[in-house]
Formats: sequence, C-alpha cells, structure tokens
Amino acid sequence: MLFLELFLQGIIQGSIYALFAVGLTLVYGLLRILHVAHAGLYTLGGYFGVLVFNSSGSLILGGFVAVLGVGFLGIIIYRLCYEPILNQPPYVPLIASIGLFIAMEELYRILFGSYGVTYTNPPLQEMLPLAGFYLRQGEWVTILVSIVLIGGLTWLSSRTKLGLAWRATVTDPQMAESFGIDPIRVRYFNFFIGSALAGSAGMIVGILNNLVEPTMGSIPSYKALAIIVLGGLGSVRGTLVAALALGVVESYGTIYLGNVLNRDAIAFVFLIIVLMIRPQGMFRGV
Amino acid sequence: MGYEISLLTVMGISIIGSLSLNLITGFCGQVSLGHAAFVGIGAYTASLLTKADTSFFIALLAGTLLAGTFGVMVGLASLRVRHDFLAITTMGVNFVFLGVVRQQEWLGGELGVSSIPDTGLGKLGFLALVLGSVILVALLSLQIRRSWMGYVFEAISEDEDTARMLGLDVSRYKLIAFALGTALAGLSGGLYAHHVRFIFPDSFAFVESITLLAMVVIGGNGSIIGVIIASALLSVLPQWFQFIGDYKLLLYGSLLFIVMRFSPGGLSGLTQSLFPKSKNSFALKENQ
Repeated sequence: MLFLELFLQGIIQGSIYALFAVGLTLVYGLLRILHVAHAGLYTLGGYFGVLVFNSSGSLILGGFVAVLGVGFLGIIIYRLCYEPILNQPPYVPLIASIGLFIAMEELYRILFGSYGVTYTNPPLQEMLPLAGFYLRQGEWVTILVSIVLIGGLTWLSSRTKLGLAWRATVTDPQMAESFGIDPIRVRYFNFFIGSALAGSAGMIVGILNNLVEPTMGSIPSYKALAIIVLGGLGSVRGTLVAALALGVVESYGTIYLGNVLNRDAIAFVFLIIVLMIRPQGMFRGV
Repeated sequence: MGYEISLLTVMGISIIGSLSLNLITGFCGQVSLGHAAFVGIGAYTASLLTKADTSFFIALLAGTLLAGTFGVMVGLASLRVRHDFLAITTMGVNFVFLGVVRQQEWLGGELGVSSIPDTGLGKLGFLALVLGSVILVALLSLQIRRSWMGYVFEAISEDEDTARMLGLDVSRYKLIAFALGTALAGLSGGLYAHHVRFIFPDSFAFVESITLLAMVVIGGNGSIIGVIIASALLSVLPQWFQFIGDYKLLLYGSLLFIVMRFSPGGLSGLTQSLFPKSKNSFALKENQ
C-alpha cells in the first residue's frame, strides 16, 4: 500500500510540475529562450490566490485573478524584456531572465514580507477518501485541475484555428508568416497560456502548503528546467511525461535515497544521467 | 584598519573567483551556472585538510587540484551537451554538490565546517597573499588571451563548428578551459575558507554562482579589466552601504537584467560604444 500511496503522491507532485513546466516548454519551443522568470509568475499566482481569497472569501475569484492576472503579466514580461533581445546569443536572454527572477523574488519579499502569507481560513483541507486512498480535497483538486487544464490545452492546440496558427509558427515561423499568421500575436498567446498555467500551479501549491512565500519559486524554477530538458525541449508531450516521471522518482527517492541525497538533488542527478546518455533528452523535440 | 584589510581581502577573493569563471564563460564561451560548486570543493578540501594539521599552502594546493579534477569531469559533460543544455547541466552540478554536502556527516552537514585554523600569516600577510594571487591570475588570463590557446578559445566561443572544421581540437581546449577555470575557483574557495574561517553549504549555493556570473557579465564577458572592476564594485558595495546589504539580491538581479537588456557587452561593451576609437585594454574584446 505504501508503494501505491507513494506513487499517487508522486503523480500529484508531478502534475504540479507539469502545469508549471508546460509554460516553459512552450516558450522554449517558440523562441528558444530558457524563461527562468516563469517561476516569478508562478509565485505571483500564489500571492494573487491567497490575497484575493483572504479579502473576498471566494476561491473561484482567487483562481480567476491568479490565472488571468498572471497570464497578462506574462505578455507584459515578454513585451518588455524578451522581445528586444531576441537576436542576441542565447546566454543573453537566459541571464537576463535569471536576473529578472531574482529581482522579482526580492520584490515579493519587500512587498509581502519574508515569512510569507497564509490563508486565514484554509480551504480544501478536509480528508476525502476515494478509491481507497486517503487524500486531502486539495490534492484531488490538483489532479482534477491538471487534467482539465492540460486537456484544454491539447484541445486548443489541436482543434482550433488559433492552435493551428500556433503550431505552424513553432514548426516554421517564416512559412507561417507568409501564410498570413501574425507571429507577434502567436507569441502573446503563447506567453499568456504558459503564464496562466504557471499562475494556476502557484495557487494550487499555495493552498496545499497553506503558505505562499517569496522563495517558493526557486526550487520549481530550476527543477522545471531539468524537466523540459528531459522532455526534449519544446515538446509538450515529452514535458508532461518527464514531469510525472520526476514526481514519481522523487517520491520514491526521498524514501529510499533520503540519507544520501536530498530531494532536490535527486532531480538533477536524474537530469545529468539522462543528458549524458541521451543529449537530446528522453524524447525528441516537438 | 582591520576593516579595510578585511574588505580588500574579500574583494580580492571575489576577483579571483570571477576571473576564473571568465576563463570558461568569457574566453571559451561555455556558460557555467555552477561555478560556486568548485569554489566549494576548494573551500571544503582546504579547510578539512588544515583542520587535520596539514600546512596551509599544501591544503590550498590540494583544494585547487581537486576542484580542477572535478572541473575536468564537468568539462567532459560540455563535450556532450552545448549552450542552454550545458548551462542547465552545470546548474545541476551546483545543486548536486549542495545536496551531497548537506547530507554528509563528515563534511559537517547543514552546520558546515567551523573553527578553521588560522593561517599564521597575520591579516596583512593574508591580504598580501590574496592580492598576489589576484595579480598572478590576472597575468595568467592576459597571457592566455594573447597566446595561441586564447585564439582557439575565442574561435570556440564564436562558432564551435567552424573551429572544429578548421582542424582545431575543440574538445581538448574546452577541457583545458574547464580545468584551469575550476582549479582557480578552488583556489579562491580555499582562500575564502581561511579568511572567514567558517563555511557551510549555503556559502556555495546557486545564488553564489549567479553572483559570480553577474560579475563576469556586468564587467563584460571576456574583458579582464571589466571583470575586475565589476567584481571589485559588486563585492564591496553591499558592505559599504548597509542599506544596499538588505537589497543586495534585488540590486544584483536588476543589474543583471538591465545590463543584458540594454548593453549585453557589459561595462566593456558600454565603454566601447561610448568611446569607439579608444584602444585601451577595456575595449580589447569585440564580442558585440
């Protein structure tokens, strides 16, 4: 039973990683930028959620603000920070992004305090037995939300005109442009979707831990980089598999390897091993 | 007086650290996000050895060599993966280093290594040693850049495939860059440990790697004088102005971002564009 429970815990952690990492992989697929500051938006999603819930008492409203607000901020970050340096060598946007992320974390610390914000009336904390597993409501909601959002993303990219334009631009930007697709709009769309997913992940983690702190993005941020590399950079399907796999590996690793390595190092050992064996990641791109 | 000596020592140690990263990232174009791990290897090796009654200079040398050895291993990774992938791999190295050190009792675990013995050089003597090392490292950098190896490094950093096509042994030179850069990082680590005489895992966290990278990038990737000026400023500013101390990371982060956004060539790139005709060593490297 412990074995299965660890597996389910790994899946829950993995779905949070997935929500977070899909945004990163979308940005990489389109622009070849490692968007570290993505984690700053994830943290902001957590703050939006907790601040709106504490002042209004509505979880739905909190979720709405977290997803939409963070989505639009994602567009602004792209417009102000990345667009002007797209033609520079790859390390330029990478370092700019790391700088931006560190500055964002510090800004949250200064604005909201370094001890973090908690929910005054923590929602979704009751135990809910389902199919023989005792999990909190919040954990079931996490699984549900990830399935709905990622399912929605798949539907959007495969069944709508916008999704078609988007996939065309990822495959061949110039060809897509000559067919009348506006590349700028596609990029905005890309950043909106990716950031909105990160915002939702931030809010979920805030609820599960009942704590939103300025540094909550640090570890996921670097871990998500490992995930998208494992997933073959730019491949959404690969990223999903890698996220879930990492969640499960960590869940078992913490129990069985806990005295050799801590949880956060496991991800990178896994990453380095996979990269040395398969430099192109576990799955091929797109 | 003691305060100024300590300040200069810290400054010198930062300069050695950032110049060592400059060899890898600036000269050879291999972005490393895990340099603090090698500083850490040097610091841990040297301090554990002096605690076991080894003489200070032998301990320092051992730390340097061990860091360089691990550096070659990471350099081997750079032959497998490139650009962004390499940056993430080196970042991973930093996290793995921390993860391992935190869990090992004999390395002090979370508490780190404390009461590291005195070097017996005195404060001024130690400062002289640090400044002497700074000068040696700077001269070494200058020498490398003027040598054949420096040209190969530049070729690799500009375009690795073309360099390979010209018959240059890219792999060998990349490994040399990693070995030299990480060994010097180990040296700065050993010096650091014996200056503060207390180290713990967080002294070598990812943020420290970013700080070193900030110094290199803000100075101007590859520019020796630019990097020295940037690391002197960035290491001392937070200590001079206590209010900056509280906002140190905000300052570093914003500076990194602003420099990359508006002047990717850093300080040296900036002077170059402001005074295009000046031929001082500030403007030696034209990487725009």
